[in-house]
Amino acid sequence: MGKRSIVPYGPQHPVLPEPIHLDLVLEDEKVLAAIPSIGFIHRGLESLTSKKDFNEMVYVAERICGICSFMHGMGYCMAVEDIMNVEVPRRADYLRTIWAEMSRLHSHLLWLGLLADGFGFESLFMHSWRLRENILDMFEASTGGRVIFSVNTIGGVLKDMPNDMLKEFVKKLDEMEKEIRETTSIFLNDYTVKSRLVDVGILTGEDAIRRGAVGPMMRASGINVDMRKNGYAAYNDIDFDVITSNNCDSYARCEVRIGEIFQSIDIIRQCVAKIPDTEINTKVTGMPNGESIIRVEQPRGEAFYHVRANGTKFLDRFRVRTPTFANIPALTQTLQGCQYGDVPLLVLTIDPCISCTER
Amino acid sequence: MSTIHKSPWLLHYDGSSCNGCDIEVLACTTPVYDVERFGVINTGNPMHADIFLITGGINSQNEAVVKQIYEQMPQPKVVIAVGTCACTGGIFKECYNIKGGADTVIPVDIYVPGCAARPESIIDGVVKGIALFKEKAAALKASENAN
Repeated sequence: MGKRSIVPYGPQHPVLPEPIHLDLVLEDEKVLAAIPSIGFIHRGLESLTSKKDFNEMVYVAERICGICSFMHGMGYCMAVEDIMNVEVPRRADYLRTIWAEMSRLHSHLLWLGLLADGFGFESLFMHSWRLRENILDMFEASTGGRVIFSVNTIGGVLKDMPNDMLKEFVKKLDEMEKEIRETTSIFLNDYTVKSRLVDVGILTGEDAIRRGAVGPMMRASGINVDMRKNGYAAYNDIDFDVITSNNCDSYARCEVRIGEIFQSIDIIRQCVAKIPDTEINTKVTGMPNGESIIRVEQPRGEAFYHVRANGTKFLDRFRVRTPTFANIPALTQTLQGCQYGDVPLLVLTIDPCISCTER
Repeated sequence: MSTIHKSPWLLHYDGSSCNGCDIEVLACTTPVYDVERFGVINTGNPMHADIFLITGGINSQNEAVVKQIYEQMPQPKVVIAVGTCACTGGIFKECYNIKGGADTVIPVDIYVPGCAARPESIIDGVVKGIALFKEKAAALKASENAN
């Protein structure tokens, strides 16, 4: 038996854009256990409900995370709309779906880039991020922002996308799809990439359920879970199949996310074809009073929003459970027994968003 | 020293930002903005870094980390606070766990505002940082010669 040693990993680490700390218990090169400690980005965002009113909280909710900022704003608005019994105009639902899928597209491309960087394939990282810039351009054209959009409001959305612009976007996505297919085929077919991903970090379906994993982590273990199938926003009008894989390894997680990139493009196409011409927001009067729970499928998995209001403009409670938080127990499972050199890669395969986790 | 004046290496640390500014810092080094073509590299090692980009406010847990990174960087060094949160605490200023901007623990030379700070403004901040870096290097040399 080799000698045991504990190696600290993070919070400041070249592979991680965000700080997370892991204590890795090693025996030679093998990781026996990983003990995570979080809290480096904890801001106490939920406590702002006592200082900012429920309308201003939309902008706070957007700043939970800069990658899925749109979806956080949308989830919060949906929860307050549910409390106040506001019917959102159908066009707003479609616009929300389109922006949400664009967020998923840019998030998955970002993740592919970071993964490539994680296993040392620098040019693939650059290519993924180059493709991602096209999506950001589309965001900028439609909302004015690159990462924080502030287009959600309680009762709908603040900005409309003209139908011409939507058609233009679909045309751009058609062109991009070829390029994305070319880049992602490297992830799926390249011998070197495969040697780093296949059979690394096995998480069986049983373990995924036991550890409460969400999103692509769960789907890559062969379990069919997708909150979009609950039919919030415009998803009940859209025809799509949940993408799963039975390989349970890092390659499967990559495969599922790449599948979702093309799925998102398809959903945007369907939305643009079906989008109705109605108002984009309804006027909301009065104060919220009640409680609501909303679940939204983010790029990283299921996000859970709990809002409790008391009839004043300040909410009683705003609670978020984000997908990365749910995936950390699954991460510690995949790290057990892996090689030390695979740790950065495995941390990346859950698509960590630490600012979501700690808020 | 002339290579450093033209191609400083960056170190990025996420204080308690929402990730928005972090991905914009990374976006600066990738195609479209691509500062790497000028030899400006995003390094992970504080001992190799010339310019420290910090995003997000300071909280009680990351305070020590930020200080340690700053101390590990060799002289001369320039600190750039990227985004409103790193400048003042921003939208999270009133949160119980936020002490304020990056300047509450380390001296900050350049403030880049914006929520999230755009890559253009981050690059502008870095270019201003290079000028400051030259001044600091000259001052350091002068003081060494004086001794």
